[in-house]
Amino acid sequence: MNPKIQTKELDFHYGKVQALKKVTLDIKEHQVTALIGPSGCGKSTFLRTLNRMNDVIPNARLEGAVFLDGLNIYAPEVDVVEVRKRVGMVFQQPNPFPKSIYENVIFGPRMLGLNHRTNLNDVVEKSLRASGLWDEVKDNLGKSGMALSGGQQQRLCIARALAIEPEIILMDEPCSSLDPISTLRIEELMQELKGKYTIVIVTHNMQQAARASDWTGFFLLGEMVEYGPTSEIFSRPKDKRTEDYITGRFG
Amino acid sequence: MPRYFVDRLSRHTVSIFGIAAFLILVLIALFILKDSLPALKEVGLIDILFGAKWYPSHGSFGILTMLAGSVVTTLLALAIAVPLALGCAIFLAEVAPPRVRSITRPAVELLVGIPSVVYGLVGMIVLCPFIARLSGTGSGSSVLAAAIVLAIMVLPTITSISEDNLRAVPVHYKEGAFALGATHWQTIYHVLLPAARRGITAAVILGTGRAIGETMAMIMVIGNSPIFPTSIFGPARTLTGNIAVEIASATGIHESALFVTGLVLFILIMLINGIGLIAYRRRV
Repeated sequence: MNPKIQTKELDFHYGKVQALKKVTLDIKEHQVTALIGPSGCGKSTFLRTLNRMNDVIPNARLEGAVFLDGLNIYAPEVDVVEVRKRVGMVFQQPNPFPKSIYENVIFGPRMLGLNHRTNLNDVVEKSLRASGLWDEVKDNLGKSGMALSGGQQQRLCIARALAIEPEIILMDEPCSSLDPISTLRIEELMQELKGKYTIVIVTHNMQQAARASDWTGFFLLGEMVEYGPTSEIFSRPKDKRTEDYITGRFG
Repeated sequence: MPRYFVDRLSRHTVSIFGIAAFLILVLIALFILKDSLPALKEVGLIDILFGAKWYPSHGSFGILTMLAGSVVTTLLALAIAVPLALGCAIFLAEVAPPRVRSITRPAVELLVGIPSVVYGLVGMIVLCPFIARLSGTGSGSSVLAAAIVLAIMVLPTITSISEDNLRAVPVHYKEGAFALGATHWQTIYHVLLPAARRGITAAVILGTGRAIGETMAMIMVIGNSPIFPTSIFGPARTLTGNIAVEIASATGIHESALFVTGLVLFILIMLINGIGLIAYRRRV
């Protein structure tokens, strides 16, 4: 299986605080990769380096490289907008814009100037169908995205990310504010989406990682301690620290 | 003292203060109305509101020219101030490096505290001669001078409130837009400004109220002729200026007509604030 994303010796500093230490990781194409670890271990920071969301943080510094299909996305000639077009993101808090459902979905294509290339109505339907929201909202596309329930909002955000046809979808604890049923829907959705996309998810919830992912990386204090197929990480962890964490001895 | 007693006492105290503030407003309105009545009876509301001639010595008390003067200068001032203030607010909230902002923002806020007579003075000494040279006639005391001075006076209010509202937009909207490949400017234009729209509207309304009510600086630069503002290079008179210029020498119906001017101002400001409130409360 091809690595879709490779990171090489990735260091990240917030001012004087080092958040990532020499993280080297291959993320496989069309797989769900879960990043687990206790709060503050750097898993979210790592995720955000993959679409350069950390660019805007003042005094932050990155060393090392992130390759997307072999292209270093931190190379000076790379346009950050191009990176984010290929690497979509879903956040911890559902964050639809205070606009209609329709406007939320076409926001990305509009910003990227794709309005004329495809019929926007088709984009909306396709994206909402892919995120499993279409049947619930198809008669109410003009309704504010903020008026949906939390789980629906999150699926709207997924639809919004899908509308720009990314290759990779990053999910930063996408279920942490959702109820168990909505959480299950998102997990099922990840399974459906991985056929077309590569998914990287940060999660606090170890059962979620065990249920929904193919590969798991365990982060601790900015280091990637262990990485492997999810079944192996959860049944035969090689590192003592991984074992302690997944058996609930800390974290 | 028992805690519940202190609690109740403070609750009643602040209630009295709150009611007092409202009562003062009502009393002011009543007094203006009472002193307006003689002119309203003698001349009539229609002739005052829609009369184009203000000749107190001939018994003509039409304030339409001044109403037009106030409205035109205010609109012109807003046309200058709103784009500038929005640009400034966006710069401070989104573009300026922290160090630049730490100097610029207090400087903008300091502008609010400068007494209006100083703005008037600068307008008189610097702006009017410049406009006189530009137009080639008159002293330069003009609608344009008034509008520019007003614009500068309301600029800091609109800027700082707009900036606060831009900053108050939740950071996850911004991140959401960035993650969808929006550029910084697209994010500002399509996400931040719409999200801050209500607060920015409130800022503009507040600025409008301030502009309509401004008196001293207006008297100093607008020329004070009670004629229609037909040219931006020509003089005019504002409602506020009408009161301030004539009240010292006015008696009888003349004095009462000035109170009607005040009444019209009062209602105008209430209307503006009402519109602002409706715009602010309208759901997104």
